This record gives sequence, C-alpha cells and structure tokens, in this order.
Amino acid sequence: MQGRPQATSHPPERSLLPKLEIAFRVNGVERRVALRPWTTLLDALREHLDLTGTKKGCDHGQCGACTVLINGRRVLSCLTLAVMKDGAEITTIEGLAQNGELHPLQTAFIAHDGFQCGYCTPGQICSAVGLIAEGRAKTSDEIRESMSGNICRCGCYPNILAAIEAVMQGSET
Amino acid sequence: MSVGTNGIGKPVSRIDGPAKVTGRAKYAAEFSAPDLAYGFVVSSAVAKGRIKSIDRSAALAVPGVIEVFAHDNRPSLPSSHEKYTDQVAAPGSPFRPLYDGEILFSGQPVALVVAEELEAARFAASLIDINYETQEAVTDLDTQIDKAFEPPEKRAPEWNPSPRGDVDSALSRGPNLIRKEYRTPVEHHNPMETFASTAVWENDGRLTVYDKTQGAPNCHEYLCNVFGLAKEKVRVLSPYVGGAFGAGLRPNYQLFMAALAAIGLKRSVRVTLTRQQMFTLGYRPQTLQTLTLGAENDGRLVAVKHDAIANTSRFEDYQEPTVVWSGALYPCDHSTVTSRLARLDLFTPCDMRAPGGAVGMYALESAMDELSYAVGVDPLELRLKNYSETDQNYGKPISSKALRDCYLQGAERFGWSKRRPEPRSMREARELIGYGMATGIWEAFRVPTSARAILAPDGTLEIACATADIGTGTYTILAQIGAEMLGLPLDKVIVKIGDSDLPSAPVEGGSWTAASAGSAVMEACDGLRKELLKRAGAVSNAPLRGVDLADLTWVDGEIRMTSDPSRAMPLSEALLGLNEPITSEVSSTPDERVLQDYSHYAHSAVFAEVRLDEELGMLRVARVVSAVAAGRILNPKTARSQILGAVVGGIGMALHEETVIDHRYGRFMNHNLAEYHVPVHADVHAIDVIFVDEQEPRLNPLGVKGVGEIGIVGTAAAIANAVFHATGVRVRDLPITIDKLLALRQPTNNHAA
Repeated sequence: MQGRPQATSHPPERSLLPKLEIAFRVNGVERRVALRPWTTLLDALREHLDLTGTKKGCDHGQCGACTVLINGRRVLSCLTLAVMKDGAEITTIEGLAQNGELHPLQTAFIAHDGFQCGYCTPGQICSAVGLIAEGRAKTSDEIRESMSGNICRCGCYPNILAAIEAVMQGSET
Repeated sequence: MSVGTNGIGKPVSRIDGPAKVTGRAKYAAEFSAPDLAYGFVVSSAVAKGRIKSIDRSAALAVPGVIEVFAHDNRPSLPSSHEKYTDQVAAPGSPFRPLYDGEILFSGQPVALVVAEELEAARFAASLIDINYETQEAVTDLDTQIDKAFEPPEKRAPEWNPSPRGDVDSALSRGPNLIRKEYRTPVEHHNPMETFASTAVWENDGRLTVYDKTQGAPNCHEYLCNVFGLAKEKVRVLSPYVGGAFGAGLRPNYQLFMAALAAIGLKRSVRVTLTRQQMFTLGYRPQTLQTLTLGAENDGRLVAVKHDAIANTSRFEDYQEPTVVWSGALYPCDHSTVTSRLARLDLFTPCDMRAPGGAVGMYALESAMDELSYAVGVDPLELRLKNYSETDQNYGKPISSKALRDCYLQGAERFGWSKRRPEPRSMREARELIGYGMATGIWEAFRVPTSARAILAPDGTLEIACATADIGTGTYTILAQIGAEMLGLPLDKVIVKIGDSDLPSAPVEGGSWTAASAGSAVMEACDGLRKELLKRAGAVSNAPLRGVDLADLTWVDGEIRMTSDPSRAMPLSEALLGLNEPITSEVSSTPDERVLQDYSHYAHSAVFAEVRLDEELGMLRVARVVSAVAAGRILNPKTARSQILGAVVGGIGMALHEETVIDHRYGRFMNHNLAEYHVPVHADVHAIDVIFVDEQEPRLNPLGVKGVGEIGIVGTAAAIANAVFHATGVRVRDLPITIDKLLALRQPTNNHAA
C-alpha cells in the first residue's frame, strides 16, 4: 500500500486463537457452542446458532439493528464478544413470541405498520421491550430520545412510536 | 375489468408482517449451505492509479483461508464492457470488477479473500499488501465546472425538453428577477441491510444466488452475461430486501464476487459488504444548480431557467431528471432547462429515491419561495397563481392532476393561514418558528411486466411475479389485487416475488411497481375469471350460463351477476371437480398511445414547520403535512408509510445528510452511520399524510400512480423555506446545518445577534 512500508517479515503462518467452549441460555434454551474469542455475540447468533433474526447493519454499534436483550437489558450484540456472555440469559427476536402468541409489541408493530423493509425491526422491537422494562421513558419525546439508538432508514419512526405507546397504554392496536 | 371493494383500498396490515416481526423473514446473507465459505472484499486504498503488485502470502498463511481472488489470478472474464451492462446502466462502459489493475475510484474492490470462517476472511483481508502506482484523483466538482458537458448519449431524451420562447430576453424585460445558486451534496442510500449475496453452488453445477437486489431478473441476466452461464443454470432470489432506495437497482459488486468465488471454487460462498463498503457503491450525485425566475409584479411567472451540473464517474454518464420539472410545472412562455455532467474520479452515481426530482425540485421550490418574498405574494398563493393544467414542456394534457386539492387540503390541515408573512415574525418562548411549503411532482410510470395467477382446486390463489418488495408493500398490494379480482379473503392469496424463475418483471423502482406489477396481476386474474366463468356456465342448472364477464361481481367467495344479484354461484362450486390448478399468465404492457398523448404525474404539496432555539442553535422539524395526489391508493396504511418514510428522507436531505469527500485522497470521509447522519427517532416529530381524491382514468386499469418517491420531492424545499421564514437566513447549500446558519446570520438587534 502506498505510504506504508513494504511488508517484509510476515510469519509463515498465523495461528488462530483456539475456540472456547461457552454456554448461555438463548430464548430459554441452553446453548453450548465453541467460539473463538473474537466472535461477537451478533456473529455467534447469526453464523453459529442459526438465529438470523438479529441483524447486522453496521457492526459498529451505530445503528441498533443488532439489539438483543441480555438478562433483560437491551444490548448491542455487535459490540459484545460472545465469550463475555458465558452464562447469560439472552433473548432475541425469535424468543419474544410465547407458545405461538406474538409479543404485544410484535402485534403492535404489525397493527401500526411500524416497519417497511423489516431489517431494523428486530432491533427496534427488542429495544422497545428493553425501554418499557426500564420504565424511564414516559412521554413521546422521552421515547423518541430513548429509541434514538435504533435507526430506521425507511423512516417508520412515527409508526414505531405509535406502536410503543399503544403497548405502554395496554393496547396493541 | 371491474374492481370492486373487496381487497383494494383497505388499510390492511402487511401480509409479510408476521415474518418480519419474528425474525423469520430471511434476507440475502441469511441463507446458508453446508459447504458455505465466507468472502471478504478488499477495497482500494487509493482513488486513482494502478495496482503494481499484490502480496497475498500473509493472507494465505492464515489458517482456513481458501483463496484470494484478484485481477492477477482471476478466472477468464469477458473484456467487453457490454457484457457487464444491466437494465439500469447509465450510458458508458460499466465497471468490470477484478478485470485489471486499474483503479477508478477509492474503495474499488480489488480482491476477495475466501475463508472457512468469517473472521478469518476479514483478518486475512487486512493482511493483503497492495503496491499501487498512484495518480492524482479529481473529486472536487467546483474545479470541474468549466469542463461540464452535455452527455452525448441520453438516458431519457424527454428529460431534456427543447427551450421555448426566448428566456434571456424575457428575463431582461421582467420586472422581478430571482437568480440563485443552490447546492446539494453527495448522499448515500444507506439501507439498513448492507449488500450481500449468498451464492449456493448446487451439485449439478447450477448456481442459486440469494441477493440483495431490487431486480432479481436484472441480476440473473448480469450473471449469465458476465460468467457465460446458460439461463437455466442460474437463479437469483431476493425474497426480502432490507431497504434499497435505488441502491439495489443495478447489480452491485458483491454479487459478482460471490458468483466468481462460487464458480471458481465449486462451493457456496457468501459475500457481505461492511457499512464502510456501502459507501463504495452508487450514490446521489452532487449538484450545482442555477435557478432564474422572471415574474410580473403579481407573481405570475414569465420565464424559468434552470441549469444543473452533476457529477458522474470517468466511465459512465449517469443522468437523472433534475431540471425537467422546472420546465413542466408552472405556466410561462419562456423556459430553458439544461443539465450537464462533470467527470470525477468517483464511482458512478445511481438513482436514489426520486433521483433528480428530489434535488431539482429543491432548487425550483426554493427559488419560488424567494420570489414570493420579492413580489410580496404568499408562497401558497404564488403556486395557485401559477397553476397549470398542461405539461408546459410539451404542451400535453396531464392525465389527472389534483394538485390544487393538495394545496388547499394541506394548507387547511397545516394551518397555513396562521403564518405571518415576515421572516422572524413567529416565536414561542425561546424558539423561532418558521412555516414553509413547496410543491412535489414525480412521473407516474408503467412498464411491461409479466405475472402468473394460479387458482388451486381448494380456492387458494397464488400470485407470481419476479418483482421485489423492498419495504414498499408489494407483497401486500399484490395480494389485495388478487383477493379483489376473485372475491377471496386475503389469507387465501399467496404471493411469490423476488425470484428470477418467476414471470419477468423490471427492477422495482421508479414508483412504477404498483402500476406495472399490479396491472399484470390484475390481467392474470382476469384470465382466471374467464376460465371460471366458462366452468360456472357449464355447471348443472348453471345460474351464470350465458352471462357476460363484464356483468359479474366477484365478492365474498361468490360470483354474482351485477345486474341481477339473484343469479350467483359460490366460487367453490365453480371449482368442483377440478383436479388441476387453473393457470393464467400474462405479459402486461402499457398503452403507449396514452403515455404518448398525455403527461402523467403524481403531485404533492408539502408544508413544514421548523423551530430553532437560537441560543442552543438547535433546529428541528416540528411538523410536516404532506398532501399527495397519486390516483387510487391501493392500501392507505402501507401507502401512508411510504410517504412518511419519504418525508423522513426529506428531513435528512434538508438537515442531515451529506457524504463529505477528502479531495486530497479522493475518498469519502464519513463512511459510517455515526458520521453520515440520517434522521433518528428524536429528529422526527409529527408527520401528517393526506391522500387527496384523484381519479386517474387511463394510465393503467388500477388507476394508481405509485407513492414510493413523491413523498420526498419538495420536502427539503419546504423545510428550507421554513428555515428562512423562521430565521431570515437563506441557506442554499444542503444540508442546512448550524454552522451554515451561524455563518450567514445577519446581525440583528435581538438577543441572538
């Protein structure tokens, strides 16, 4: 590369760090998986556990598409190394519906058309579950502020807000 | 073909909703195969020059790395640029990935590392050592104005109407003259899903590619041409597309890379771009526009002149309809509109939501606002005074135009009458308040599209068309049309789209899908109706024997004679004894004569309220009312969301979005979502959408015009005009950021000076 010294002393082989055995509960199910230490929780879910509902939009914690719930709190799974969460209780979008019944927020997102392309939607819904559990945001502006880590490029914000407010008020539609 | 009220026009929820809210909807990077390998793209570190050498030894030494593809070891590829073209290609020579060592733009894909593990591929990619011969890249449009040229090959001749009258002499005579320059920056689409392709190598040598695209058939054709594959050897699928906004119209290079590696290695390969690499794809070009308006003292326009310069790449002449609207919209005898291109060492721009219209109408509608102050006529009144029932460019009638209703209903809903004319005259507590408005216009297209409808013996209807749903609601409206045509409940309709094996459709874009795929589905279902009537007429004691198809109503699972509803038959009865499904496939084409004889537009009136806290410099869009005339609205719920989303895009365009180039390196600097600002929840407040009643009689059997783009056109101008009204400061360079407001602020005698 221009401006960079020519590489002269590459080691003949770069070894990869060994995989570590980790275990966590994902959507109520005990999962054991051997992962290298640099694997993010997001990649662990998507590439190793076949849970592709959690989305990768930036991989840098800038968009919120990868939001999951860890021990009930909303967390960016792209900024979380999987090995750090050994023993944690993780809930992804696939785990919100119970016994075939959609979570009230899932129902409300459909009723209020809180998505278009659907790619940010799992993160928006998980973030909203976390937000309601936190119990701090009460007004529309507080919800907007507290949801601002979840970008929706389709611009569904008014409908997402309506869905969250409906659920906070005990209704889904 | 008659359409009743069974499925069309109802605000039904998206039929793909349950899949999307549960994570079941699978996007391009979410399909897999047992032999899947991961590809990671290496991007050029320089903007112009040539690769002298590639040292891949360190990368190949990483355990699990399978291969590093680059121009120096790639399989044979066609040299002809023609082979790399596609349905949406701009005139010129399409980019040939990995073809040779020539670097045409910063971030150009120069190698693909394929490895057994994602992280190994990414790590190994960082070890590829490339020696470049670097040349100076020119990326500053301002330095290339004197080299701007009219593209010899036009993408669409009608975007360049001939001058009418004598604009310069009219401008010199006119009592009022506005001549202003407006600037819009490079913007990137940035759909939330990054581009990805999963190329699955089938054992018999076929390739199944899950791709993020707005046009599976377009990508299918591209792969066949580039890799010399027989049509039946390739299938491209895009069942769910995580946003695109135009970025997925042309085949993007990850598709090439995934296919190249899969064919080369005879195994399945997935290539996903990073967010940073999303800034190496097409983008909304930068524009420099000069708008000149001449008007009588009462505000009636005499002359309109609009000149736009936009950037393109070195290798393609990308063009968009930027100035055509200025010649078309308002009545005046003298008009000249011109658009030119300037070449930069960047990738070719591509269509981004309302290409041309979004930026051109920003300039026109800003200038109209400036004129309103110059002549002392209210901005809304000015538009009403300059209302035209014909397309001024071509003197053609407009098929339908309810823009006046947009103005009046939008103004009423917004409370425009409360606006005080003077800038800086409205205030609440610490906040200055501004009201602004603008007109929106977008062409209503219809393009040839094929579709198939299959009615199963159990009464389930399957609709198939290769078009896409990029969040637009295609699944849902096609189901509604099918339900409407055969009188079925929505849940009896299955929609299959996003698959090159299905009846062919053009790319999903241009706001034409509802009109084009919708009409095709309608016609395919009409074929089923004919077959069903034949069967119904043959049933014993047939109540519908001899009845004309045009005299039938299909509703609530029943076929009913419209003129004598007592003669009816349940649909299920017409299907009795049916062992095989009934299939009807059509190639649906627009009536070219209608398209020729009439101009065809969707329109809107956009009203915006902004609030500025001068002490903190915080500017926000407090309210937007967008009143839209787009013919029949198939689904008010999803259509409203389309407008909402486009208004949010307009807020981004007005206040946030700008891709900044470091001209020293010819490189986009803010290539991530932290520094490329898009509106977030906190930026978006009340948005009110009105669909005014508009009967569109002839463009297509559904009477629709499409709503994907009209919502962004005019929105940035309405906001910019509101900012001027609030502050007295006219920023003519988007986005309107605080630094620009402060720099232009005139000293005033209030506390904020």
